Amino acid sequence: MEETIKFQLNGKKTEALIDPAQTLLWVLRNHFGLTGTKFGCGMGFCGACTVLIDNEPVRSCQLSVGDAAGKNIVTVEGLAVDGKLHPIQKAFVEHDALQCGFCTPGMIMNAAGLLIKNPSPSVQQIKEGMENNLCRCGAHMRIIEAVQTASKEMKGGK
Amino acid sequence: MKKEQMKDHNSLQTSEPHGMPRRDFFKILGGGIFIFIRPWGALDLIGLPAEQARGVPKDYNAFLHIAEDGTVTCYTGKIEMGQGIITSLPQMMADELNVPYERIKMVMGDTDICPWDQGTWGSQSTRNFGQIMRTATAEARGVLLELASTQLGVPVSQLEVKDGIITDTKDSKKTVSYAQLTKGKRIEKFLDVKPSMEDFSKFKSIGKSYNRTDSTLKVTGEAKFTGDMKLPGMVFARILRPPSHAARMTSVDYSGAEKIAGTKVVKEGDLVAVINENRDRADEAIVKIKAEYSFNEVPVNDKTIYDFMLKADSNAKALRSTGDIDAGQKLCDKTFESEFHDPYLAHMAIETHTALARLEGDKMTVWASTQSPFGLREGIMRELGMPADKVRVITPFVGGGFGGKGEFQQGIEAAKLAKLTGKPVMLMWTRDEEFVYDTFHPAGVVKIKSGIDKAGLIKLWDYNVYYSGTRGADAIYDIPNTKFTHYSEKSGGTPVHQFGTGAWRAPNNNTNTFAREVQIDIMATAAGIDPLEFRRKNLKDEHILDCLKAVSDKFGYVAGKAPSGRGIGIACGSDAGAWVAHMAEVKVDKSTGKVTVVRIACAQDMGLCVNPEGATIQMEGCITMGLGYTLTEEVLFEGGKILTHSIDTYTIPHFSWLPKIETVILDRKNQPPQGGGEPAIIAIGAVIANAIFDATGARLYRMPMTPERVLEALKKV
Repeated sequence: MEETIKFQLNGKKTEALIDPAQTLLWVLRNHFGLTGTKFGCGMGFCGACTVLIDNEPVRSCQLSVGDAAGKNIVTVEGLAVDGKLHPIQKAFVEHDALQCGFCTPGMIMNAAGLLIKNPSPSVQQIKEGMENNLCRCGAHMRIIEAVQTASKEMKGGK
Repeated sequence: MKKEQMKDHNSLQTSEPHGMPRRDFFKILGGGIFIFIRPWGALDLIGLPAEQARGVPKDYNAFLHIAEDGTVTCYTGKIEMGQGIITSLPQMMADELNVPYERIKMVMGDTDICPWDQGTWGSQSTRNFGQIMRTATAEARGVLLELASTQLGVPVSQLEVKDGIITDTKDSKKTVSYAQLTKGKRIEKFLDVKPSMEDFSKFKSIGKSYNRTDSTLKVTGEAKFTGDMKLPGMVFARILRPPSHAARMTSVDYSGAEKIAGTKVVKEGDLVAVINENRDRADEAIVKIKAEYSFNEVPVNDKTIYDFMLKADSNAKALRSTGDIDAGQKLCDKTFESEFHDPYLAHMAIETHTALARLEGDKMTVWASTQSPFGLREGIMRELGMPADKVRVITPFVGGGFGGKGEFQQGIEAAKLAKLTGKPVMLMWTRDEEFVYDTFHPAGVVKIKSGIDKAGLIKLWDYNVYYSGTRGADAIYDIPNTKFTHYSEKSGGTPVHQFGTGAWRAPNNNTNTFAREVQIDIMATAAGIDPLEFRRKNLKDEHILDCLKAVSDKFGYVAGKAPSGRGIGIACGSDAGAWVAHMAEVKVDKSTGKVTVVRIACAQDMGLCVNPEGATIQMEGCITMGLGYTLTEEVLFEGGKILTHSIDTYTIPHFSWLPKIETVILDRKNQPPQGGGEPAIIAIGAVIANAIFDATGARLYRMPMTPERVLEALKKV
C-alpha cells in the first residue's frame, strides 16, 4: 500500500514512504510534525486546515497525500523566511487579528492565496475571498484590516 | 515534544510530558530560587483530602516567583483561550510589584504548579482572580521592602521601588534589587497588616494598550494546542457514539474494525473505542463497528420544546419582588403581554474538545483543551479513583471555549483509554461529536407582563423565565412594582432538556436581555416616545445612562419614534459587573426577509480597564459572535437526536456579515475592574430585533431572526 510520494514542502524537496490514500492534513501534522495546520471540521467547511498547493488555497482535510504528489505545498510554517515574518503574519500581529488563534494559520494561508491571485483586493473582495474561513472569536474586522495592510506592504516590496 | 518553554511570557508552559518530581520543578525554573515561594502543587497536597486542595491559596507564593535574574513568573490556574489574559494579567502584576511588564512570564492552567482555580469563565479572570493576585503581589512587594529595609538599614518609609530595584530616597547609592534580595535565600515571611493594592494614579502598565503577546506564536503555527502535542508511542482514539442521547446499545460487532491494520478495539462498560497509531486508520475503523440500539425518545423537538416547557411540571421559584403587582396593574394606562423564545445553541469553537492522556507508573498526566483544568483533575480522580497527587492536568493554548470547554468529558475519556491501553492516547473529537456532546446554551421561554402610566413611566413588571436561567433577568429599570419567577426542572420530574446544557458566553443573559429590551421597545412605541428617551425616563442607573449617552454620541443618534423606517435599534443591559449599551442600523429586504446589519456601536463601562486594546478586541468579538445567535444559529433536534451536527447546517457568522463596528470604553480608572469578555454580546439580539422593528414595524419575539421568521412577522404588520 505504501508508496514513495514526492513533493515540494515549504520550499524543500520532500519524499515520504506513505499510503497515498491518507489525508494530507494528518500526514502534514502527524508525519511531518507541521501542526500549524489545524483540524477544525474534517469536512472542508471551516478552513482551519488551509494550505497552499501550487499557490492555490486548498483544504488539506479534503485531499489525499497522493493527490499532492509532485506539487508545491506551503504550510503556515513555510511562510516566514529566516525568522522574518511574512507580511501577512506581520500584519496579523500588528492588527491583533486573532484571539484564540486556532483558525489563524488557515486564515493566513487563505489570505496568502488571495493576495497571490489579486495583489490589491478591495474590502469587498477580501470579504469574498475569506468568506468560507470561519472564526468563532469574531476577529473578522481585524483580519480584513490585516489583509489590507499586508497587501500594501507586499506591493511596496516589489 | 519540546522541552519546557518558559523563555518569555509569550510562551504558555508546555512542559515535559512527565510527572514532575520536585527537583525537576526547581530545574525548570532555570536556577531561580524560591525565596518566599513554595511551589503550589500536588506535592504539597499529599495526604490532604481533595476538598482541602480546593480553594484559592492565601499564600502569595502560590502566585509568583522571582528568579535570580529578576524574571518574575506569574502562576495562574486560568487558561488562555483567546480572551487575552496572557497579555493583561502581567500588566496587573507588573504594577503591583513595580517591575517592567516585559519581565513577567506566564504559567497557566497546570494543576501541579498553579494555584487552584474554579475555572476560566464568567469574566472572572480580571475582576476576581486579578484582584486576588494583585493583593497577593502587594504583600510580596511589602515583604521585599522590609527585607530591603533590613539590608540597607533604612526605614521602609524612606524606600522606593522602580523596575524591581529598591532605592533609598535620601541616598540614591543605597540600592538593592529584588533579585539580589532573594538570591540564595528561602524566606517565608508574611505581613500581619496586608498592604493595599497600588492606587490607580501609580499605574504604569494598567490602563495602557498592549498588543497580544501570544500572536507571533499563533501566526507562525508554533503555538501548541492540545492536539499538537506528540508523545512516543502515542495512539489516536475514536469512540463509538450512539445516534441519539436517548439510545442504548443492544448489540455490537467489532469484527470489521479489527480488520483495519494496526487497530485495537478497546471496551469497558459503555465505552467502546478504537485506537491506532494512524489517525486515518482510526477513522476508518470506527465506522466499521456495527451496533444496534434501542431508543427511548421523549416526543419533543426544536419546534415543540417551548410548549413542552410551559406545560412541564416545573419548579417555580420567586426570585425577588418590589412593591405590589396588583397595585402596579391599577396604575397602568396600558399593559403588554409578550412571550419570547430562544433556541439551543452550540459553542462551535473551531478547536474541538481534545485531550492527550498518559499514565506513567501511577501518575496520570492529561493535556486538555479545557476551561477547567482543576475540574478535569477532580473528574479524573472521581471517575478513575485516583488521588489528587497522581493526576496532573496541563492546559496548552485553548482554541476557543465560550463556556463549552467548561465541561471536560473528553479529558476523562482520554484518561480512561490511556489506563485501558497503557499507551498515551490522543482524543480529538470530530465536529460531529462536538455538536452532539456539546453542553448547549439552553433553550428557554420568557413571558413578561408590563405596563406604563399615561406619562410613559413603567409601573408594572411581571417577569417569568422558563428553563434558560436567570443571569441578566434583572429589570435594570426603575420600576416600583416587580415580580420575578424562575421555572426550572423539578428534581425527580421529567427532564425538559434532552441533552447536556451549560454556559454559553454570558450564559442566560442573551435570552433575558433580548426579552427585556424588546419589551421596553414595545412600551416605548405604545407610549409614542423615542426609544432612547423612553429608556432614560425609566432608568436611574447612572452606569447605564452613561453608556447610553456614550453610544448615542458615537453613533450620532437622532431621536425618532419607532418605527421610523430608518432601521435603527437600541438596547442596553448589564453582565459580569459591567454595563453596556448598543445601537445598530439594519436593512431589511421585505421581499426575502433577509436582514443585513449595517453597523453596530457599543459603549461599555467595565470599571477599571486593564488593557484597552484587549477589551476592545473582546467587545468586537462579542458583537460579531452575537450576530450568529441573533440571525442564524439554532440546534435542531428530535428527541435526543441532534439534527444539526455539522457546520453546513449550523451557520455561524461569516466575513460577508460584518457590519461597521464601533466601540467606546468608559474611563473608570478609579473603579474596581469588572468583566470584559462577555457583556458586549448580551444585547445583540435585542438591538437587532428593535432595529428590524424600526425598519419595518415587524416585531420579532423569537431568535434567531431568520428570513422566514422576519417574513412571518412582516405579515402581521
